[in-house]
Amino acid sequence: MPTPADLDATFQALSDPTRRAILARLAQGEASVNELAEPFAMSQPAISKHLKVLENAGLISRGRDAQRRPCKLEAQPLAEATGWLIEYRKYWEAQFERLDDLLEELKRLETRA
Amino acid sequence: MAFGGPLRISMPSDTEILTERDFSAPRDLVFACYTQPPLIKRWLTGPPGWTMPVCVFEARPGGRYRYEWHKGEERLAMSGVIHAIAVPEHILSEEAFDQAETGGTSKSAVDFEVKPEGTTVVNRLTYASKALRDQIAATGMAEGMEMSFSHLDALLMEGGR
Repeated sequence: MPTPADLDATFQALSDPTRRAILARLAQGEASVNELAEPFAMSQPAISKHLKVLENAGLISRGRDAQRRPCKLEAQPLAEATGWLIEYRKYWEAQFERLDDLLEELKRLETRA
Repeated sequence: MAFGGPLRISMPSDTEILTERDFSAPRDLVFACYTQPPLIKRWLTGPPGWTMPVCVFEARPGGRYRYEWHKGEERLAMSGVIHAIAVPEHILSEEAFDQAETGGTSKSAVDFEVKPEGTTVVNRLTYASKALRDQIAATGMAEGMEMSFSHLDALLMEGGR
C-alpha cells in the first residue's frame, strides 16, 4: 500500500502540466531526454529537472545506457494514485478472506470424514 | 503469523497483473475451490451486496466457464475458455467481461504451489495493452474507470485544503 508520503510525492509530481505531458508521452513508449525536450520547446536541463522529480516519485525509471538513458513510465505508483489498484486489492482481499473461511470449513469436514 | 493474507500484487510489465496469495490449506482443497461451481459460488461473490447466481466451470481443456454477479437489476458477467488444465496444479484460460466497452480478452495463468504451510496461488493476468489492463481490472470492481478518476479528484481536493 502507498504511504501518505508516497502519495504526496506522486501528487506533487503530477501537479505540473509539463510533467503530466511527459507522462502522457511516455505512456506511448520509452523516450530519451532529447526526444522529450523537442515538443516542449524547453532546454534539456529544464526537462532533466522535471524528469528528476518524476524519477524521485517513482513514476518513471531511467535506462542504464549511459548515452541515451531512455525514460520509461512506471505504472504502479500511478495506478495506486488513481485508485484502481487500491480498489483492486481491497476487492480481491475480500474474496480471498471468504475463501479462507471456506477452506477452514472444508478442512474440518475432511478431518471428520 | 498464520499462513494466509495479505494479497501480494505486482505489475511485471505494463500489460500484466501478478497476484500471489497464501492459503493455509492443502493444494487439492484450494484447487477444488477454484474449479467446482458449488465451491466457487461460496467465495467469488463479487463486491459487497452482490450475489453470484450463475457459475459454470467445465474443468477440462476446451471447457467453458461463466460467472454472473447480480445486485438488484445490475449485472456483471464474465465468460472464459480453458486452454489447459493440470489437476491440481495449473489452469490456463482466456476470459472477458460481457461489457462491450471493455472490448478485450485477458489471458489468465493460475498456478497452485505446494508450500510447507499450505498452498500459494499465483495468478498472472495478461492484457492486450496497458489501457485495457487498467480498464478491465477496474471493471472487476463493478464501478468502472470513472471511479478511479473521481477518487483521484477527491484526493487532490483533500491535498488542496
